[in-house]
Amino acid sequence: MDFSQFLSYIASGTVYTVGVTLIALPAGLLIGTILALLYVYGGKVAARVMNLYSTVFRGIPPLVLLFILFFAVTRGVNLSAFWAGSLSLGMVSSAYQMEIVRGALLSVSGDQLMAARAVGLSRLQAIRYVVLPQAVRLAIPPWSNEAAIVIKDSSLVYALGVPEILRRAQLIGASSQRYLLAYLSAAIIYFLLVYATTRLLNHLEQKLSIPSNP
Amino acid sequence: MLTWLGYFGRFGQNFLRGAGVTLELTAVGLAIGFVLGLLLALARSYGSKWLQRAAGAYIAVFRGTPLLVQLFIIYYGLPELGIAFSQTVAAYLALGLNSAAYQAEYLRGSINAIGAAQMEAGRSIGLSKWQTIGYVILPQALRLALPSWSNEPISLLKTTAIVFLIAVQDLMAEGRRAATTTFDFVGIYLAVAVVYLVMVFALDALLKFLERKTAIPGMDIETRR
Amino acid sequence: MPKPILTIKNLTKIYGQNVIFQNLNLTVNEGDTVVIIGPSGTGKSTLLRCINLLTRPNEGQIWLDDLEITAKGTDEDQVRQHIGMVFQNFLLFNHLTALGNVKLGLTKVKKMTEEEATKKAMHELSRVGLADRANHYPGQLSGGQQQRVGIARALAMDPRVMLFDEPTSALDPELIGEVLEVMRKLALDGMTMVVVTHEMGFAREVADRIVFMEKGHIVEEGSPDEMFNHPKFDRTREFLWKITELYGKKEKEAE
Repeated sequence: MDFSQFLSYIASGTVYTVGVTLIALPAGLLIGTILALLYVYGGKVAARVMNLYSTVFRGIPPLVLLFILFFAVTRGVNLSAFWAGSLSLGMVSSAYQMEIVRGALLSVSGDQLMAARAVGLSRLQAIRYVVLPQAVRLAIPPWSNEAAIVIKDSSLVYALGVPEILRRAQLIGASSQRYLLAYLSAAIIYFLLVYATTRLLNHLEQKLSIPSNP
Repeated sequence: MLTWLGYFGRFGQNFLRGAGVTLELTAVGLAIGFVLGLLLALARSYGSKWLQRAAGAYIAVFRGTPLLVQLFIIYYGLPELGIAFSQTVAAYLALGLNSAAYQAEYLRGSINAIGAAQMEAGRSIGLSKWQTIGYVILPQALRLALPSWSNEPISLLKTTAIVFLIAVQDLMAEGRRAATTTFDFVGIYLAVAVVYLVMVFALDALLKFLERKTAIPGMDIETRR
Repeated sequence: MPKPILTIKNLTKIYGQNVIFQNLNLTVNEGDTVVIIGPSGTGKSTLLRCINLLTRPNEGQIWLDDLEITAKGTDEDQVRQHIGMVFQNFLLFNHLTALGNVKLGLTKVKKMTEEEATKKAMHELSRVGLADRANHYPGQLSGGQQQRVGIARALAMDPRVMLFDEPTSALDPELIGEVLEVMRKLALDGMTMVVVTHEMGFAREVADRIVFMEKGHIVEEGSPDEMFNHPKFDRTREFLWKITELYGKKEKEAE
């Protein structure tokens, strides 16, 4: 087997890595945002519940949650390792993303909300048209960090047998006895993925930024 | 429910042993990470252009690739070059080298925050550059970094779970052993999760205590994430 | 016969242990410009916030024309359409242009179409002299310009009364004039205004009535002539003297 075959075998796992990320990250964002809104605007009880959610899901290692969900889910429902892995990563990410969105909402709120109410907007309108648009921009830098984390954590699903990058590197490393090369190749591919994503999000941040004179 | 609680009694000893290994891994990883991280931070803040680039590259690589891959390279890959480590040592190394990259960023952030003005003040009374760094900047920077740095020990504690994949006998490994005995994977791992939560809470409380104890009166500290 | 637009009866506001004000009474007639003066922290801002229901008073009633807005079940959002507020820190919506800021209430609350809203918003921006800055973001405007946009934003809702909470306190001295000028014109056009400010020149020239508040009580109120030249209480005289020294001179220099 020559090197290009070697590399392309590992690289073909990228599809799975990207797949896991593209399920986990948006799922985390959707759930995280809803929970964050509940946390900040939902009243005392909601805030306590959200706090608990955050503490629990950020307090256990992602790997543990991965195993719990995988075994729980594949016992009851017919879910593949890919989906079980993706969804559990999504759940873990949702707790971190909730904190990110919450932080952004709190950085905006207060005065902007008051000014919006003073013009006659209802609370819901004020959150939707004044607070959220500003919060989104504040959330991008920490969110880009979270995106990088999810891409890297996707390697954990290798333990469930999903044929993503790391798994493939392991398989071909074993069969060729060239572990170092295999894992280094995997590392490079991950690095490129993370780098590209961070660059993309930086670009997005620039595009969305609110103009101000230096 | 009762059987679940029973797991703690049945496997309590094993879990405790595994938790001990986990804490050990965390401590060693944190220590290596701190020393190396501090060096990296100093290199980035005060080193020559070349040193800054090298440190920057190190940080980019270790933060840009999964820890699991780094672990595998150290444990499975390096033997091909003649460098072989035991599981535990490989784990220490991977955790430490990885943590260093993150700690370097926390430390660099607070060094910069304290930075230039204090450097001027130190030099103005005749201290050399490195004396100023040692006696003026670092004492303040380390305290300032504590709140955000506190994320790292907790993060590391959780991260250590993956080393069971190279057969290090930590809490996860004990969990797996218990699970294969009872066949109740979900229940056992839930119990393991509880043990991690307890450790995280305890560590968090310890860190908050440290923050309070070492705070410089009157100095503005940013709140933790 | 002067018609009261705003009637405040026995208003009381308490925060925890602190009594901000108690049994406050105030009437504002149509077309009046009422200027409230007094040392900081005496409840002036809180009073304004009670008027447009951003804060709920503990006791007392407020009437806007014939409607008791403090009554249970009042639609607060509705009420706020008729009471405009200008903030000390401008509080423009940072993510919207000047035009966007003024339009938001028109499209979302008054449910105007895009064209109608733009037309009205541009009209208000012209009124404050900022039509040429319509597409600028708050970050690209000076403090005085931002505040004028804030005024346009409040005016766009066609309020019955405008509340100004220390509108120039956060401005650099050179920029105060442009904002006061807009406010002066507004008063002359007949807008009912309640202004909390330290700007004594403005108070003297534009106010129909000056109210001196201290420690949550109205010490004295009257016309500018009465207050400045024949105040009834020593405290009033003392305060006005001190503050005229400080601010009156500044305004003279700026002219």
